[in-house]
Amino acid sequence: MTAIGLAQIAIVLIAVIVAAAPLGGYISRVLNGERSLLTPALAPVERAFYRCAGVDPAQEQSWLAYTMAMLAFSLVGFLSLFALQRLQGVLPLNPQGFGGVPADLAFNTSISFVTNTNWQNYSGETTMSHLTQMLGLTVHNFLSAATGLAMAFALARGFARAESPTVGNFWVDLTRATLYVLLPISIVVALVLVALGVPQTLQGSIEASTLESAKQVLSIGPVASQEAIKELGTNGGGFFNANSAHPFESPSALSNMLEIWALLVIPFATAFAFGRSVVDFRQGRAIAIAMLIVLVAGVLVAYWAEASGNPLLTDIGVDSSPGNMEGKEVRFGVATSALFAASTTGTSCGAVNAMHDSFMPLGGLIPLFNMLMGSIAPGGVGAGLYGFLLLAIIAVFVAGLMVGRTPEYLGKKIEAREMKLAMLAVLIYPLSVLCFTGASVMLKTGLDSLNNAGPHGLSEILYAFASATDNNGSAFAGLTGNTLWYNTTLGVAMLLGRFAFVIPVLAIAGSFAAKKKVAASVGTFPTHGPLFIGLLLGVIIILYLLQYFPALALGPIVEHFLMLAGKTF
Amino acid sequence: MSHKVAAPGLFDAAIIKRAAVDALKKLDPRRLARNPVIFVTEVVSAVVTAFFLRDLLAQNGAAFFSGQIAAWLWFTVLFANFAEAVAEGRGRAQADALRKTRSDTQARRLIDPENKSGMKEVYEGVSALDLKPGDVVLVEPGDLIPSDGEVIEGVASVNESAITGESAPVIREAGGDRSAVTGGTTVLSDWIKVKITAAPGSTFIDRMIALVEGAQRQKTPNELALSILLSGLTIIFLIVCVTLWPLAVYSGATLSITVLIALLVCLIPTTIGGLLSAIGIAGMDRLIRFNVIATSGRAVEAAGDVDTLLLDKTGTITFGNRMADEFVPVQGVSEQAFVEAALLASLADETPEGRSIVALAKSVVGFTTPKLGPEAQIVPFSAHTRISGVDLPGRTLRKGAVDAIAAHAQSVPVDFERAVERISRAGGTPLAVSENGRLLGVIHLKDIIKPDIKSRFAALRAMGIKTVMVTGDNPITAAAIAGEAGVDDFIAQAKPEDKLAYIRKEQQGGRLIAMCGDGTNDAPALAQADVGVAMQTGTQAAREAGNMVDLDSDPTKLIEIVAIGKQLLMTRGSLTTFSIANDVAKYFAIIPALFVVAYPELEAMNVMKLASPQSAILSAVIFNALIIIALIPLALKGVAYRPVGAAALLRRNLLIFGLGGVVAPFIGIKLIDLAVSAMHLA
Repeated sequence: MTAIGLAQIAIVLIAVIVAAAPLGGYISRVLNGERSLLTPALAPVERAFYRCAGVDPAQEQSWLAYTMAMLAFSLVGFLSLFALQRLQGVLPLNPQGFGGVPADLAFNTSISFVTNTNWQNYSGETTMSHLTQMLGLTVHNFLSAATGLAMAFALARGFARAESPTVGNFWVDLTRATLYVLLPISIVVALVLVALGVPQTLQGSIEASTLESAKQVLSIGPVASQEAIKELGTNGGGFFNANSAHPFESPSALSNMLEIWALLVIPFATAFAFGRSVVDFRQGRAIAIAMLIVLVAGVLVAYWAEASGNPLLTDIGVDSSPGNMEGKEVRFGVATSALFAASTTGTSCGAVNAMHDSFMPLGGLIPLFNMLMGSIAPGGVGAGLYGFLLLAIIAVFVAGLMVGRTPEYLGKKIEAREMKLAMLAVLIYPLSVLCFTGASVMLKTGLDSLNNAGPHGLSEILYAFASATDNNGSAFAGLTGNTLWYNTTLGVAMLLGRFAFVIPVLAIAGSFAAKKKVAASVGTFPTHGPLFIGLLLGVIIILYLLQYFPALALGPIVEHFLMLAGKTF
Repeated sequence: MSHKVAAPGLFDAAIIKRAAVDALKKLDPRRLARNPVIFVTEVVSAVVTAFFLRDLLAQNGAAFFSGQIAAWLWFTVLFANFAEAVAEGRGRAQADALRKTRSDTQARRLIDPENKSGMKEVYEGVSALDLKPGDVVLVEPGDLIPSDGEVIEGVASVNESAITGESAPVIREAGGDRSAVTGGTTVLSDWIKVKITAAPGSTFIDRMIALVEGAQRQKTPNELALSILLSGLTIIFLIVCVTLWPLAVYSGATLSITVLIALLVCLIPTTIGGLLSAIGIAGMDRLIRFNVIATSGRAVEAAGDVDTLLLDKTGTITFGNRMADEFVPVQGVSEQAFVEAALLASLADETPEGRSIVALAKSVVGFTTPKLGPEAQIVPFSAHTRISGVDLPGRTLRKGAVDAIAAHAQSVPVDFERAVERISRAGGTPLAVSENGRLLGVIHLKDIIKPDIKSRFAALRAMGIKTVMVTGDNPITAAAIAGEAGVDDFIAQAKPEDKLAYIRKEQQGGRLIAMCGDGTNDAPALAQADVGVAMQTGTQAAREAGNMVDLDSDPTKLIEIVAIGKQLLMTRGSLTTFSIANDVAKYFAIIPALFVVAYPELEAMNVMKLASPQSAILSAVIFNALIIIALIPLALKGVAYRPVGAAALLRRNLLIFGLGGVVAPFIGIKLIDLAVSAMHLA
């Protein structure tokens, strides 16, 4: 670990926090229907949308109606994307003449993009037509992120309101999140990326002369615009197969840092937006700090593990000073690769700038554990906040009892109904990750996809299901995912991770919105100070460590000890 | 002040014996199904027992290990049952005593209560158990009152010691606030006619018996929420353990079902699962020992949540009577002369106020008590003149209400008026003294705040509880007393409907209110309050409206009730935290033990350096069982509550039960491992 490396990490994170607080204020204003900076320009567009769609923006929905709208919207998105892939062979804008995408892959990909996962069991440039890419995948990059933000605000309203039968209007939230938040920021970030050298063109390819004077054909395209929403919407599906490791996606150390900034900024801003929505800035700040601590701890462990290098290579005389550079870009180095890895899994982004498969066992443990925790530090757009709030509810429940009161969070009493819903949601992760992993290692079809044997192979499968359930979409690589078994099970895992998780969350939103707000007193334990942050961190670590410790022990942890003993896979 | 009934020793031999038997009876799966965590433990204990039998028959050498695991898993279930049985046992002795009073008494029922015939009243003998609400019975000296009811005629002294433990008889009479009688109490003198208000089987005593026994105990709302959390964790750990099997197969390790079950039982929250109902019963029991009967566990929980206490001034904040506090002579009268006159005028005054003047004169000014000679002519207090006094030869001493005395005075000095005004403003009552028609000065009578009440309110404030004084005094007096007692707010010139309105207003603001009351006109407010404590001496209406009854009729007990409610919730939270935190160490014991054959490198994780894999697993299971027994005293006594802010309380409990919960099992499992390997058990 070097001072320069730590400084790079610090600079990115400080830039994120500095931008997140005001951006959070803006997001909160937009989604709470207040006037904001862009209202004069965008309000007519917004109104036009509502008129076309026949939506009355003043008509609020109960949590159930809100959920049904969200599910209906997602279902239509899934079906249309599925149809688009299957039919792309007979549809226009298909210069390469690709045939229809196979059913299981189309199923997996549709779910993947509708759930904001962007798990890719295919190579875009050899599978998807331009029409599928533009009308299908890119559109969902925006919409799935906007859906996440909408659901987070439904929950935030549950906390903010008292004795209210409604939690907002899904169509309005969706429109505003896209129009006011994602689109404008994406445009700005895309332009900056262009300035940093990322191509943005409709040209298909260019020809370059190599140093040996040979000719090489390099594919390019509208990369910058895709890159921006890939990070900002915590989507992660890259233009190129190599994702953010590709020089055209991220040409320099600076563009690399900008991309990390872009994938972290909205999730952190959402925490601040929550604080503003419940009219207590400190509540949002406490959540942001807790998220930051989990993120930084992960970054530091990963950085330490990677910077220490591989002892087996050091033993045979390889210079260990640059750290473990296998699978990493020289222009990024170990520090920002570790930061990228922790950030992309701490959010539900899933973009990569290095091969996580090539990380040291403990370095790879961090992205894996980040996802097993449900990507909550700081989490996907919207999804991070509601995931984190769910944990806060559980933490407050136990802690609230310890101060001798019926537990309450932000003035909302946590009772049997909320606890039931919270536990339902929390159960989904171990159910999906552990059961699918367990089934995969018992089946020949599951094991055939492995590249590596032993604990590393187990890590690859565990990583895949963690990534899918978590709607992250990053791949450990090494696992061949495009098989009937993995296409189907990973697809189901993505569905469970998104919808089976969020439906109880929205039900909690409805339940809280209907409740009275309990007045705070000295006897109420404060949820904005260091004590609460510490408590949250303790609950998160213990809860998830207990769930996944056996699996991790048989994966990266034992791999670490085996490596120290000189055994590799 | 409240008197606390001595609790039986935590491990009273008789209770232990009976609890041990009950623990076995409670193994009935139909009963255990109420408690998901322990139910799961019982099911898997049966499975391991089956494996033990198989090992025994197959003689594969595993029986010694699986037998021990099976035994300790059964112990885990039994210890949990035992905890509940001990908690129940502590209430049972009290229930048995109560049950005696409910024995089949004969009642004399009036055949024609409305007496339409106008003839002499006719009674018939019926069993007390046949009485229906609306029946009227006659109770005479020596009779047990057959059921709960309202006195509609007559007055009698009643011994209520069966319920309150207080042997001094109380007066029960028709009309007013002392008309309620309780079945099982005894009429000592005179007679009363009682209109029965309770249906058979639901009398006050019946309810009390059910409560102390915990027989019809329903899960309280918070207990239910916590059970859901624990069930959720149990399901999660079931998933973890079931899926561990394929992961182990992949890793080349063979796990027996026995060790997987051992891991499961160690992980699921058996500690809090086993103690949860004992904590609830013990909380109720603590309340009963304070002589407070709650009609439901829900009310006890609500007590912990109370934000605002509504307290009657008289009897709670102040002693019932006003007392002399200061002598203010007018100009030209020496203090000595004034105090002497006041003393003489009060010597024959046997009211508390009069006595307090004598006492103050003696203690503050240092007078010895003079004797009134036979020549003294005592003028008793009359409500008409509002004056009392004494006529001595040549001296006509009078004391009384300021305007009454001043009306007979020759002149009213300016400093007299000023003193009267000052005293009134301070919330006191001025009492004028005159000699031969000349005003000598003013005695300052004031409400004396109970000595320790201010610190108790400070403690409540530290808990985050607001205190509100309710008084019939005018706002000026009320403000003065409120300031002196340290309450946060007051309702002056309070009418019953003011209380109700105040409670509604506070509840609208999201606060929970507790109050106590005894009169029928308190009933609506008692019903509206989240915690309504009715006095045992109060009316039937008040007792029906509240959700607690204080048998000592001591309104200051609200403070203890709140503390008991908080303690109940705290104990649950603390033991839950402890239970979950324990799992960390159990993993470090069991995971290396499970996989060290497949991956010898995992020995590095055996941080406790446990002797062998089998010993590690057995030690973790033993620890898991013994910790339940070890925590029974804490579950019954409750975690100590201190009136400090929530943050300080949480920090303290997190440190003890969170951090302690992580560390303690590392030590405990290591010690058990040493014992297990020394005895060659594994």
